[in-house]
Amino acid sequence: MTSVSMTVNGKSASGEVEDRTLLVQFIRENLRLTGTHVGCDTSQCGACVVHVDGKAVKACTMLAAQADGSEVTTIEGLAGDDLHPMQLAFKENHGLQCGFCTPGMIMAATDMVNRLGTDLDENTIRSELEGNICRCTGYHNIVKAIKDGASKM
Amino acid sequence: MSEGIGARVLRKEDKRFITGNGKYTDDVRNEGQCYAAFVRSPHAHAKVNGINKSAAESMEGVEAVLDGHQLTGDGIGNIICGWAITSKDGSPMNMGAWSALATEYVRYVGDAVAVVIADSPANARTAAEAVDVDYEILPAVTAADIAMNSDSPQIHPEAPGNLIYDWEIGEKEATETAIAGAAYVCEMDVTNNRVAPNPMEPRSAVASYDASEDHYTLYTTSQNPHVARLVLSAFYQVAPEHKLRVIAPDVGGGFGAKIYIYPEEIVCLWASMKTKCSVKWTADRTEAFLTDAHGRDHISTAKMGFDANNKIVGFQIDTIANFGAYMSLFSSAVPTYLYATLLSGQYDITNIHCNVRAVYTNTTPVDAYRGAGRPEACYLIERMIETAARELGVDPGELRRNNFIQEFPHQTPVIMAYDAGDFAANLDAALAAADYAGFEARRSEAASRGKLRGIGLSSYIEACGIAPSAAVGSLGAGVGLWESAEVRVNPVGTIEVLTGSHAHGQGHETTFAQVVSDRFGLPTENIQIVHGDTDKVQFGMGTYGSRSGAVGMSAIVKALDKVEAKAKKIAAHMLEADEGDIVIENGEVKVAGTDKTLGWHEVCLGAYTAHNLPEGLEPGLKEGAFYDPANFTFPAGTYICEVEVDPDTGTTEIVQFVASDDFGTIINPMIVEGQVHGGIAQGVGQALLEQAVYDDNGQLLTGSYMDYAMPRADDLPSYKVSHESTICPNNPLGIKGCGEAGAIGSPPAVINAITNAIGNNDLSMPATPAKVWAAIQATSLKEAAE
Repeated sequence: MTSVSMTVNGKSASGEVEDRTLLVQFIRENLRLTGTHVGCDTSQCGACVVHVDGKAVKACTMLAAQADGSEVTTIEGLAGDDLHPMQLAFKENHGLQCGFCTPGMIMAATDMVNRLGTDLDENTIRSELEGNICRCTGYHNIVKAIKDGASKM
Repeated sequence: MSEGIGARVLRKEDKRFITGNGKYTDDVRNEGQCYAAFVRSPHAHAKVNGINKSAAESMEGVEAVLDGHQLTGDGIGNIICGWAITSKDGSPMNMGAWSALATEYVRYVGDAVAVVIADSPANARTAAEAVDVDYEILPAVTAADIAMNSDSPQIHPEAPGNLIYDWEIGEKEATETAIAGAAYVCEMDVTNNRVAPNPMEPRSAVASYDASEDHYTLYTTSQNPHVARLVLSAFYQVAPEHKLRVIAPDVGGGFGAKIYIYPEEIVCLWASMKTKCSVKWTADRTEAFLTDAHGRDHISTAKMGFDANNKIVGFQIDTIANFGAYMSLFSSAVPTYLYATLLSGQYDITNIHCNVRAVYTNTTPVDAYRGAGRPEACYLIERMIETAARELGVDPGELRRNNFIQEFPHQTPVIMAYDAGDFAANLDAALAAADYAGFEARRSEAASRGKLRGIGLSSYIEACGIAPSAAVGSLGAGVGLWESAEVRVNPVGTIEVLTGSHAHGQGHETTFAQVVSDRFGLPTENIQIVHGDTDKVQFGMGTYGSRSGAVGMSAIVKALDKVEAKAKKIAAHMLEADEGDIVIENGEVKVAGTDKTLGWHEVCLGAYTAHNLPEGLEPGLKEGAFYDPANFTFPAGTYICEVEVDPDTGTTEIVQFVASDDFGTIINPMIVEGQVHGGIAQGVGQALLEQAVYDDNGQLLTGSYMDYAMPRADDLPSYKVSHESTICPNNPLGIKGCGEAGAIGSPPAVINAITNAIGNNDLSMPATPAKVWAAIQATSLKEAAE
């Protein structure tokens, strides 16, 4: 067992976990933050994207122990009292259907803006979404949502 | 702004999803719950000589290790297919036994033989690895045509030669005669590739047994929780129906794969009773690939005959359908009544005959996947008519137009009676949107850049809104396919609608509220849609086959009719007016032609205070309805795909995709467009990327996202989507349905475009760069030889 301690969505969080515990398991099972989803076992689908120390990370590729001492933001912690512009853009552009990939998409999208700026073209967005799979939307409205949300960040 | 029918209302359900507050089955956690891990066959076909559980039973955290002998010993019934098909010789279909945990034989990789229940997922999985199963490996077969050979392995004793049924529809002799007399016959072998459905949320179940109440609760990833409860009770005897609550909370996509009741739900319920623990199981993605019912997998040979005027005179098809190792819940209906009945397409064809053989193989069971039979029919017809146009030297759009059905209703020779449509309107709209006339200039421009540019059409039709109960009953269905709804008006005038439909991405919480808003002029925020819980909704048949609009919403309309009639009675009495003069609009109840008005909420309150009701009228304002459709509905349209192929690499880029659809009345265009986008992506995925691949031993080679090519954002274009609607005459809203069209119409458009670009028609799905490159080389070699 390992003691881990980190800041999650601005609050300190700690726990005793098995060494093999993944960050996504710690977030979902220990902290009960179930907005971060698990859609595959091979770090392809991106449903589990969170921010660790300000960068997008697939929470299934990282041990909870590796995040010890880090600042973690999950979908639940993205917004303050109002929705984050990217969250709002997903709603306003119908960028989600079943909602399962959505938290990872939004966390990847905000990271995209942090890295590449607020003026994103369609090709850049499509290329940057390589690590996030959606089965419902055909990506058309996700691309629109990210372009719109980026411009409002 | 109106929030009624036709308005682009933003989705009510979105807030919980974009903030991470959706509640999916795996998010459910019961106090002290245990976890199930299944012991699955690593072999495609084997005899089980024994299971040694002792090592696993003594491992840390293990509550129980349970096997199929215990399951059947407790009286749990076999999994069944719910649609009986009769072979052309009059014999019933040959259904093999399927136990939720295999006892004597395993028949595909992933077939479950035992389950471990433990205190953590890791402990359950570790112990499952320690269950020692003594397998005697048997030869396996994965291809349906080979499975019928006399020397192929026999998979079920009930199905000699692995043949489940040999079924036909249409007039064989007349069709053969028509084709024999044809001026031109197009002949093709067409394969529809096997795909894995892949909703992003893996299947999951959380089962609890309350011994003090002798009552079960099952949270499950289901498109139809009431059907699940019925089947689990009536057929599998897991729990009596009144002692079983099934909840399908937020469900992360279905696409057909979550219609069926799988071994895991049965086992989790049973194990919760055996262990007195709440039992959770959530598939990992590899389990999803191995055990979620796959889709498609047809091999067909077909002939389409044309007369001298290029009119189709006969269409004959021989299809072999791969059913995998067991008959899944609706598997038998897919290549028969959901496929062969659509083989007339949009065309006026007098003579059609189709023979279908359904075959067991040592692969994952195959059942309905988005479109279910209709994509297979559409792909066959639309590949053939495009090929015929090329061989006849006529424009593919004009050959279609020349054969379009012009008058409605139209009775096809394969059961379906099309009720309404305007096929030419959608063809014209698609041709205009695609700038079809300008294609040759674009082709020349692409050639100057070294690219091969091609264009392909597809004019699809499908049957949705399943289905008239008596009709499907006469065809073998084990259930009726009506829908139910209950409209509960609260004393303050807000409304709850309980529906038997189930949303797993379709946005029912918004569109269904729009229908109610439209009726009474209330804001959608005052209307709540309740679904997915058998303790709340009395009954329902669920969501699949694009039925929630045409059938589910029609049930809501019927219930609204009753609510409106009663509200008018109450209002007339309160306003001392004639019932026939009462009008309800904009949230007000008025006497027409006067200034007498009540607020909607005043009438509702009046219904519940019951201080001043018409004599004999019951208090309250709550009505239910069951709606049984009068016919299928027939969405149709034309899709045009334009591609550029790189001849050096065989890589295809879709440079334009146009869809023009006739869905009848559209409640929310934003949501309908989203459904088309998603459907097209799945169709393009099947055409370009996706295939479930087995090796000769029956090992699934595409068992993860590292091996199975899911469409990514950079594989797909933006889409140009529009509508040319005719109203469906057979349901109160005039709706046809939109959920599957994209997946049905798009694959042939893509392959027609690529084959047009490369000048070689011999290309199968998925058109990977390697296949396209090889096809280009074959063309070049042929041209060089000539």
